[in-house]
Amino acid sequence: MSGFFRADLRQRAEELVTLYPRPRSATIPLLHLVQEQEGYLSEAGIEAVAALTETTPAEVRGTASFYDMFHLEPVGRYHVGVCTNVACLLAGGAEMLEHVESTLGCAAGGRSADGLFSVEESECLADCNLAPCVQVNYRYVRTRTPEEFDVLVEDLRSGRREHDIPPHGTHSRVKRQGGLRAPKDEVAAERARARDARAQRDAAREETT
Amino acid sequence: MAVLDAPRIVTQRRGVPDAHTLKVYLETGGYEALRRALSMNPEEVAAEVDAASLLGRGGAGFPAGRKWAMLRRSPVSYLVINSDESEPATFKDHYLIEHDPHQVVEGIIISAYALQVTQAFLFVRGEFALGIERLTQAVNEAYAHGALGSKIFGSDFSLDLVVHPGAGAYICGEETALIEALEGKRGFPRIKPPFFPAVTGLYGEPTVVNNVETMSNIPWILLNGGASFAALGAGRSTGTRLFALSGRVKNPGVYEVEMVKNTFRDLIFDPALGGGIADGGQLKAFIPGGVSAPWFTPDQLDTPLGQDEVGSLGSMLGSGSVVVMDDTTCVVRAAWRITKFFSRESCGQCTPCREGSGWIERVMYRLEHGGGRMEDLELVLDLCDNIAPGLSWPPAQTTICVLGPSIPSSVKSAISTFRDEFAAHVAHGGCPYV
Amino acid sequence: MSETTPPPSITVDGRSVEVTPGEPLIEAIARAGTYVPRFCYHPRMEPVGVCRMCLVEVDGPRGPTLQPSCFVKASDGMSVVTESEKVKKAQDGVLEFLLSNHPLDCPVCDKGGECPLQDQALAHGSGESRFIEEKRHFEKPISIGAHVLLDRERCIQCSRCTRFAAEVAGDASITLTGRGDQTEIAPAPEHPFDSVFSGNTVQICPVGALTAKSYRFAARPWDLEQVESTCTGCAVGCRVAVQSSQNEVIRVLGIDSDSVNQSWLCDKGRYGLGDGADVSADLTSPRHRLREPLIRRGGQLTPVSWSEALAEAARLVRSVDPDQVGVIGGASLTNEGAYAFARLAREVVGTRHLDAQYDDGLDAALVSALPLATINEAVRARVIVTITDDLRQSLPVLFLRLRSGARKGTLVQFVTGPDALSDVAHHLVSVRPGEVGSVVQGVLAGRGVTGTALGDTQAATLRELLGEGEGVVVVVGRANVAEDPRLVEEAVRDLHRGLPGARFLVTLSRGNVRGALDMGLAPNVAPGRGLLDTPGRSFVEQLNAVAAGTQRVTLVLGDVLSNTVRQTDAARALEQSAVVVVAGHGSDTLAYADVVLPATVGYERRGTVTNLEGRVSALAAKVTAPGSAWDDATIAAEWAATLGAEWGWSGPDAASAEIEARTGYPALSVLEDDAYDGVVIDRADALSHRRALDPIGTPGIRSAATVGVTSLAGTVREPAPATLGGVERPAMPDARPLGSLPTPDAYALRLVAGRDLYDDGTTVGSSSALASQRRPARLRVHPLDLEHFALSDGQAVVARSARGDVSCWVDADDAVVRGTVVVPRLSRDQDGVDLVAALVEPDSAWTRVRVESR
Ligand SMILES: Cc1cc2nc3c(=O)[nH]c(=O)nc-3n(C[C@H](O)[C@H](O)[C@H](O)COP(=O)(O)O)c2cc1C
Ligand code: SF4
Ligand code: FES
Repeated sequence: MSGFFRADLRQRAEELVTLYPRPRSATIPLLHLVQEQEGYLSEAGIEAVAALTETTPAEVRGTASFYDMFHLEPVGRYHVGVCTNVACLLAGGAEMLEHVESTLGCAAGGRSADGLFSVEESECLADCNLAPCVQVNYRYVRTRTPEEFDVLVEDLRSGRREHDIPPHGTHSRVKRQGGLRAPKDEVAAERARARDARAQRDAAREETT
Repeated sequence: MAVLDAPRIVTQRRGVPDAHTLKVYLETGGYEALRRALSMNPEEVAAEVDAASLLGRGGAGFPAGRKWAMLRRSPVSYLVINSDESEPATFKDHYLIEHDPHQVVEGIIISAYALQVTQAFLFVRGEFALGIERLTQAVNEAYAHGALGSKIFGSDFSLDLVVHPGAGAYICGEETALIEALEGKRGFPRIKPPFFPAVTGLYGEPTVVNNVETMSNIPWILLNGGASFAALGAGRSTGTRLFALSGRVKNPGVYEVEMVKNTFRDLIFDPALGGGIADGGQLKAFIPGGVSAPWFTPDQLDTPLGQDEVGSLGSMLGSGSVVVMDDTTCVVRAAWRITKFFSRESCGQCTPCREGSGWIERVMYRLEHGGGRMEDLELVLDLCDNIAPGLSWPPAQTTICVLGPSIPSSVKSAISTFRDEFAAHVAHGGCPYV
Repeated sequence: MSETTPPPSITVDGRSVEVTPGEPLIEAIARAGTYVPRFCYHPRMEPVGVCRMCLVEVDGPRGPTLQPSCFVKASDGMSVVTESEKVKKAQDGVLEFLLSNHPLDCPVCDKGGECPLQDQALAHGSGESRFIEEKRHFEKPISIGAHVLLDRERCIQCSRCTRFAAEVAGDASITLTGRGDQTEIAPAPEHPFDSVFSGNTVQICPVGALTAKSYRFAARPWDLEQVESTCTGCAVGCRVAVQSSQNEVIRVLGIDSDSVNQSWLCDKGRYGLGDGADVSADLTSPRHRLREPLIRRGGQLTPVSWSEALAEAARLVRSVDPDQVGVIGGASLTNEGAYAFARLAREVVGTRHLDAQYDDGLDAALVSALPLATINEAVRARVIVTITDDLRQSLPVLFLRLRSGARKGTLVQFVTGPDALSDVAHHLVSVRPGEVGSVVQGVLAGRGVTGTALGDTQAATLRELLGEGEGVVVVVGRANVAEDPRLVEEAVRDLHRGLPGARFLVTLSRGNVRGALDMGLAPNVAPGRGLLDTPGRSFVEQLNAVAAGTQRVTLVLGDVLSNTVRQTDAARALEQSAVVVVAGHGSDTLAYADVVLPATVGYERRGTVTNLEGRVSALAAKVTAPGSAWDDATIAAEWAATLGAEWGWSGPDAASAEIEARTGYPALSVLEDDAYDGVVIDRADALSHRRALDPIGTPGIRSAATVGVTSLAGTVREPAPATLGGVERPAMPDARPLGSLPTPDAYALRLVAGRDLYDDGTTVGSSSALASQRRPARLRVHPLDLEHFALSDGQAVVARSARGDVSCWVDADDAVVRGTVVVPRLSRDQDGVDLVAALVEPDSAWTRVRVESR
C-alpha cells in the first residue's frame, strides 16, 4: 500500500495523517493527494488511502463519491468548470457553458477526444461579481466572454499558463510546514490546573459576596 | 442615501497591496489584537465578544458569545471554522480568505484562546485553490512568527491550526455535515438532538463552529472593545456586515456596511455601492439573503439590513448575499436553476429532500422548457408543502437539516408573485423570453 | 399525598403508556397499540432517522412539531399525536416520494408479497401516481458478492445494510456512494461483498434491493410454509424461521431471539442448506445424501433393508466383549439422538467408551462443572475475557454479540495474533502456543512472565481490572487445536479458582456438542450431566485402544475424518476395527464402514439441542428425509430392540419425554410453550421472554401466529419454575495431568491451527451456495519471520514437523504473531491435503514446524 505514493507525496501523506486526532480525518486531503499523482482516484489510490486511514476501500470510495471534486474516472489535464447558478445565469452562464462545450468538443461530464480537457457544469463558485464564472482546475480564470475563453484555451494548449494553472489534481501548491506543535499533554494538564484554579477562585468569590 | 461613516472592520485592508502577506499585515496593525488578548484572561476575551453581541455571519445568525458560552466543559474541545461558502451568490468569505487571510487566522487564535482549545480546524471549500494556498501560507507564517504553535508569543497558550480542504459539496457548509467531512466521512448532516456541536461535535467532543467572517471581526473587537462594535448597527444586529451583491446590478461586489442603518435600497442603488440596476433596467425582485431565503419585491426595498427586520417580513438575511433580478430576468428560469442546485446538493439522507428536490426540479424544468401544465403549479406547491409543512416562515421541516425546507423558498416566491409568468410559459409551451 | 411517584409515562393520542425513559418513541407508541410506519429503523441497530417515514407530532417548547419517532427518545410527560391530518399528510408525502423513483416491479420482485414498501403503498398510497417524469435507471440486478444481488432501482437509501456492515458486523465492506438522488450502495470494485454476514443485509432490506441469489425466483412467499427452529451449524444455536416449499427448504431467516441471535445469522447457517447434496453418487463426497442402509459385501457398500443392517450391526457388537466397543462422534445429533445412543451404548451394549469430541474440545466434566454464563451475561459483562479462536470464523453470531458487548464492557483478549474481535478489544494479551497456562497465572498473580509478551505493567493492570471476578465472563475454548487441551484446562481451573465471581462461556466446536456431552456422549459424564466415577476411553484413548487391539468395534456418529486433526491415527483405527457409521451424508469415513445407517439431518429433524450457554431449544422438522433415513433416536431404539432390549418407544418425542422423566433435563414439553427463548439448564434466572415480532425488523417472517412469536399486544404466561433450569451443576473434576513441554527450536515456528468458517466440513461441502467460497489452505507467517528464513510472500515451501512433511505455499500476514505459523484447520490445500492434520504432533503440547523453500 505505502508503495503507492511517489516519494515526495508519500512523505506528505504520512504527515497528513499525523495532523488529526484520528487518521480517518485525513481522508479528504489524502484523496486530493491521490489526484495530484494520478489525475483521478484510481483503485490503487483508494486502497492506499484506506490503509493510511485505517478504513476499508469501500468506505473511502463511499466518502470520495460524495464529493464533486473527486473523480473515479480519469478527467482532462484541464478540468473546466462553468457556473450556471443563479447569479451567473443572469450574466450568461448557460450560454458560456454552451460555448465551452462546443469549443472543447465535449459535453459537461465528458472529456475531450485528446484527453486534454473535461467540462463540468458547476454550482456557484463564489465569484459572482465577475460572472459568468469559469474555473480551470479550480483556479479562477475570469474569462467572461467567449473570446476571452478562446484565448485561454490557446494559452492552455500551448502551455503558457503552466505557472498559474497546474495540471488537474494539484490542489494546493503551498505545503504546510511542519506538523502539530502544541504539546498536547502539557497543555491538557496546564488547562486542567488553570480551570480548577479559576473554579476555586469563582467559588471563593461567590462565598464572599 | 446610504450611511457610510462606520469604520471598515473586516475590509480595513481593502486596496492595500499584498495585504495577504504577514509583512503587510504586521505593518497594518496585525497580531496586535492577539497580543492584547493574551494579556487578558480567556474569560475576559470571551466577555468582550459577548459584549459586541456579534451575530454569526454564516447564515443562522446565532450570537457568537452565546455559542461560546454553551461549550461543554471537557478535557478536549475543538474550534472549527467554516469557510465552505457554497450558498449560491455568496462570495464574501472568498474575498476574506484571499485578501486578508491573516485577519482570519488572528481571529481564530484569539477565539481559541477565549475557548481554551488546543486544536482548531479551518475547513475551506475545496474549489478555493488560491484561498487554500493563501491560508496555508498565512498559517505557515503565523507559526514562524510565533503566533501559532507552542507558547504563543511567550504566553502559556499553545494552539495548532490545520487548514482542511473540502472537496465540493454544498452541504458541508452545514456545521454537522462539515464535522462529518472533517472526520473523513460523507458529508451527512447529523440528526438533532444534540442540537449543538458545542455539546457533542468533532469526535463527539464539544466543538464551536464559526464562520470566517465571524472570525474576521474578532481582532477589531479586541482592539476596540465589544462596546464600540455593539454601538454600530441597531437592535440585535450590531456592527457592520459584508454583503455580496450580484445579478442584474451595475456594480456587483462585496460591500461592508453598517447594519440596520442602511436598507436594501441603499445597497442596490447607492452609487458608492450597487449603483443601480444594470443597463438601466427595472428592478423586478431580489433575493435578500442567499438562495435559501424567500424573495423580496421592490415593495420591500426600504427594509433595513438587519436580521430581525428582514426576518419579520418572512425572509432572512442569511449569508448576506443579495441577488438582483430585473425586467430581463425570467423568474421561472431562475427558480428552476435554484431548485436544480438543491437537487444536486441534497446529501440524500432524507427521503423528502432527496426525492422531493429532484421531482420539483423536473417539474420546474418542464415549466421552463416546455411541457408544463397549470396544474403543475399546485403539484409543486404541494410537494413543497410535503417538505416544509405549512410553507410558512421560518419553515417547519420534515427533514434532518434545513437544506430540505430551503428548497421551497424560491419556488414558492416565484409562483406566488409571478403566477402570470408561469401562465405565459404554459401557454407558450416554454420560456417566452428566450 | 401519595408516597410513590408514578412510573414515567407518555400520552399517545390521548392514551397513557408507561415508558422506559430513553427508549425510542416508536417502541412506546407500539405498546400503546399504534404501529407507526417505518423503513430505516431496525430494532437491533442505532436509529438514524433518515427515511422520515415515522414522523409523528411531538409536543415541545415551541408547540407540536413533526419528529421521527424512531430517533426521538421517550421521556416522562411527553405528548404524542400519531393520527392528525398533519401526520398523515407528512407520512403520505414521504411514501409518495419513496415511490416516485421506485420501479414498482413487484410482480417480478423476490420481495413481492412480503415487502414493507409494498404493504405501505397498498395501505396508504394513492392509487394514481402524480409522478410523470422519467425514473432513475440502473442495470438490474448486479451481483455484489457470493450470495447477494443488488437492484439499485429498488433501493430506498434507508442505509440498513450499510449500517449493519459497519455498526453490527464491524466490516464496512458495503457503503453508500454518490450523493442526493444518485445515492447507491456498493462495495469497492475489487472487494466483493463477501462478509460472512452478508445474508443479514438481504433479510433486513425493507424492499427488493438486496436479494439472495439462492432465493432468486425460487418461490413466492405465499407458497412457503414456515416453522420456527434452531440452526445447528455451530454451538450458538441461532433461532431461525425455516421456510419450505414442496418438501424442500427454500430459505432460512433469523428470528429475533433476545437471548441468542437477535435476528442475525451467519451465511453458513443461512445458505448452508445442503441444497448441493444428493447430486453425487460418490459415497465419500458430502454431496452424496445417504438414503438407505448399507452393508459392506465383497468390499462394496451395498444397499440392504433396515432389518438386515440392524441385524449386522447387532452381530458386530455382540461378536466382541462390551469393553471392546467404542462410540465416537455425536455432536451433530439432537439431544434425543445423543441420549438414545448413549443409552444404547451404556445400558444395552454395556460400554463406557463414548466421546463426542475429537480431541478438539475440553474435558466434558470440567465444562459441566464451570459456572455458566449466558450470551447476554457475556455481552453485558463488566469485563469480557476471551481465550478462544477467531470467533468470527468459528461462532460467527457469538462474535457479533460480543462485539456489541465490547462497546460497553472491557474486552480482554488472550490471543496469538489479533483477530476480528481485536478491533474493539481494550487489552490484547499475546500468547504463543504453549504459553496460555503461564500467562494466565501471571495475570492472576499480577506479574509479568519471562519468555512471554506479558510484562509487569500489563499484568498489574489486568489483575486490578479482574478483581475477584465480579462481572467477569470468561469466554474460553480451544484457540489452537495443535496445542494440548490440558494447557487451556489448567488455565480455566486457575481462572475459576482465582476469580471466584467469574462465569464461563465455553466455545466448543460443532453444532450440538454441548447437548451431546450432557446426554452422556462423553467418557466421564452420564446422561443428564452426572459425573462418572470410572471414566471410559476418550477419543484419543479409543484410537490407541484400537491400535492395541483392545477396541474392535467402533460406532461413528457422523464423520470423524474431516473433523479431526488426528486424521492418520483415526484412519488407521477405522481400518483396524469393525465400523458402524450413522450419518446423513457421504464422507471419507464411509470408506472404512462395514455398516452404514442413514440418519435424518438438518431441518428434517425434530427434537431439542443445547447451545454453548446451556440453553435448550427446540428443533422443528420442516421437511421429510429422502429415501428411508430414520431419525437417530429411532435408529438407536430399533438397534436396541435388535439386541433384545425393548425400550417400549421410538422416535424423538418419546426420547424427549424420557430425558425429562429420567434426568430432569429440559426437553420438548417445556419448550413447546412459545413464550420463551429456550431454557438454560442450570439457570432458572436466565429465562427470557420472546420479543414481539417487528414485521419490518425481519420482513419475510410472515405472521406472528405462524411462527408462534408473541404478538405485539400479546400476554405471556409464566412457566412453572420447577420445570426450568432444574439441573444441578456437578462438582469440579480432578485435573488431567500434563506432560512436559517441548523445547522451543530456533529454526521452527509454533503451529497455530486457526479456523475458517468455510472449511471442509459437511455443511460447506453439501451446499452449492457455500462451496464456492472455500479457499485452499495456505500457511500464514509474519513478514519478518519470512525474511528471517529467507522466504518471500506467496512462495512454494515445504513445511516439516516431527509428524511429517507437506509441500504447500506460504503468505505473509502481519496479523500473525512472530514465531508462529497459522494454518486453517479442517481445510485442505489444492492437492487435497489437510495441512494441519499432516503437520500436527498430537502427543506433543504444541507443534514445531520448520518452513523451508522448495
Ligand atoms: C445547508 C447549509 C449550508 C450552510 N453553509 C454555510 C457556509 O457555507 N458557510 C458558513 O459559514 N455557514 C454555513 N451554514 C451555517 C452553518 O451551519 C453554521 O451555522 C455556521 O457556520 C456557524 O457560524 P456562525 O455562527 O459564525 O455564523 C450553512 C447551513 C446550512 C443548513
Ligand atoms: S434535508 Fe436534505 S441535505 Fe439535509 S440532511 Fe436531509 S437529505 Fe441531507
Ligand atoms: S426515520 Fe424513523 S424509521 Fe426511518
